[in-house]
Amino acid sequence: MGLAKRIIPCLDVDNGRVVKGVRFVDIRDAGDPVEIARRYDQQGADEITFLDITASSGDRDTMVHVVEQVAEQVFIPLTVGGGIRKVEDVRRMLNAGADKVGINTAAVARPEFVKEAADHFGAQAIVVAIDAKQTGPARWEVFTHGGRKATGIDAIEWARRMADYGAGEILLTSMDRDGTQNGFDLDLTRAVCDAVPIPVIASGGVGNLDHLADGILKGHADAVLAASIFHFGTYTVAQAKQRMAERGIEVRW
Amino acid sequence: MGNLRSVVKAIEHVAPRAQVRLTSDAADVARAERVVFPGQGAIAGCMAALESCHLRDAVLAAVQHKPFLGICLGLQALFEFSEEGGGVQGLNVLPGRVPRFPPAQMRDPQSGQVLKVPHMGWNQVRQVRPHPLWAGIPDNSRFYFVHSYYADAAVRSDIAGETDYGIRFTSAAARANIFAVQFHPEKSAAVGLRLLENFMAWDGRG
Repeated sequence: MGLAKRIIPCLDVDNGRVVKGVRFVDIRDAGDPVEIARRYDQQGADEITFLDITASSGDRDTMVHVVEQVAEQVFIPLTVGGGIRKVEDVRRMLNAGADKVGINTAAVARPEFVKEAADHFGAQAIVVAIDAKQTGPARWEVFTHGGRKATGIDAIEWARRMADYGAGEILLTSMDRDGTQNGFDLDLTRAVCDAVPIPVIASGGVGNLDHLADGILKGHADAVLAASIFHFGTYTVAQAKQRMAERGIEVRW
Repeated sequence: MGNLRSVVKAIEHVAPRAQVRLTSDAADVARAERVVFPGQGAIAGCMAALESCHLRDAVLAAVQHKPFLGICLGLQALFEFSEEGGGVQGLNVLPGRVPRFPPAQMRDPQSGQVLKVPHMGWNQVRQVRPHPLWAGIPDNSRFYFVHSYYADAAVRSDIAGETDYGIRFTSAAARANIFAVQFHPEKSAAVGLRLLENFMAWDGRG
């Protein structure tokens, strides 16, 4: 027995409200991040990730309040990504009760930011999010701005560099698979997981429970992240763990 | 500060009538009935902050007789010496050292894959001896860990819990009124809250 593989539901939050409509039958307010986070906690989620997709940076205070409220009621690790550009942004989220922040575009714009943030707050608090798209055989490139902007950076090299710079974890999303429900890009996942000494969370494309298990067994991921299969009530986190356990993966009950 | 606030919130949740204060003031530590010593980030910064806030003596006084709970770096700092950042002297309350997990050398016995560092996620804690803080917590329960260095207690009776990750390490240490854990009870769902609740009710006798 050893370390369990983690299942992490991800919530997109726009101006304090969960979008993509979570459909729990007995939930009072389908857009309330606190209530949804509590539900996932009860289902046995190992962590919860919030992605702040608020367009206007002036409205980012809303996310701070969301994190404060969730942290008062949910006692599992919380990660917040989206709009984290400065050391001060990291500090605010951690003070609000987040355990980790996800850094994406700001790391590409200025890689030293990751170093500074890890020096200030410790590697354990810094997750570098990588959005990757396949551009050739066994080649993936880092994209920013939700997959619209190519950077010319090789995703595997970038993951190694971010680990060297002090990232505690990588959140790897396949932009080719995101939203397709066709499963993770397992070649990409395995290439990155085998290349770095730090844990990797696989993301993008989960449509069924075997996809989650494949991410661990075939992609070598340390954790798997999914949004829609949990939000739409297709499966619970407990069902996901059940399937992973059936396939020989160690999970937390 | 990082998420020290999470520790406060979790304690307030299990002990709503307790007066919990997040402090760097030695006088507060001296007045407190019980002391929680959490820490995250780098141990050099943690030890330097203890010195600059004149907290070292207050903490050393507290470990003499008050119910005392160390969390994460708060466990590591109790030992003699940490290898982190080229080597840092600890508080020397418990004999033992704090080495780094050997990178790329540890393999998962099941899959053969290299074990990642930091050790991050939910792992099992084997309760190697009974203790009031384990009350109501099943043996081998999973707690949330995140760390790259681990405590290697030199005195067997100081070990209250052990965890396997490539090597076997001290995930909970206990001596008299001191209890210290490498994992984060404030982030370990029901079993973590139970441990904090047990601490808040503890009279400090091992």
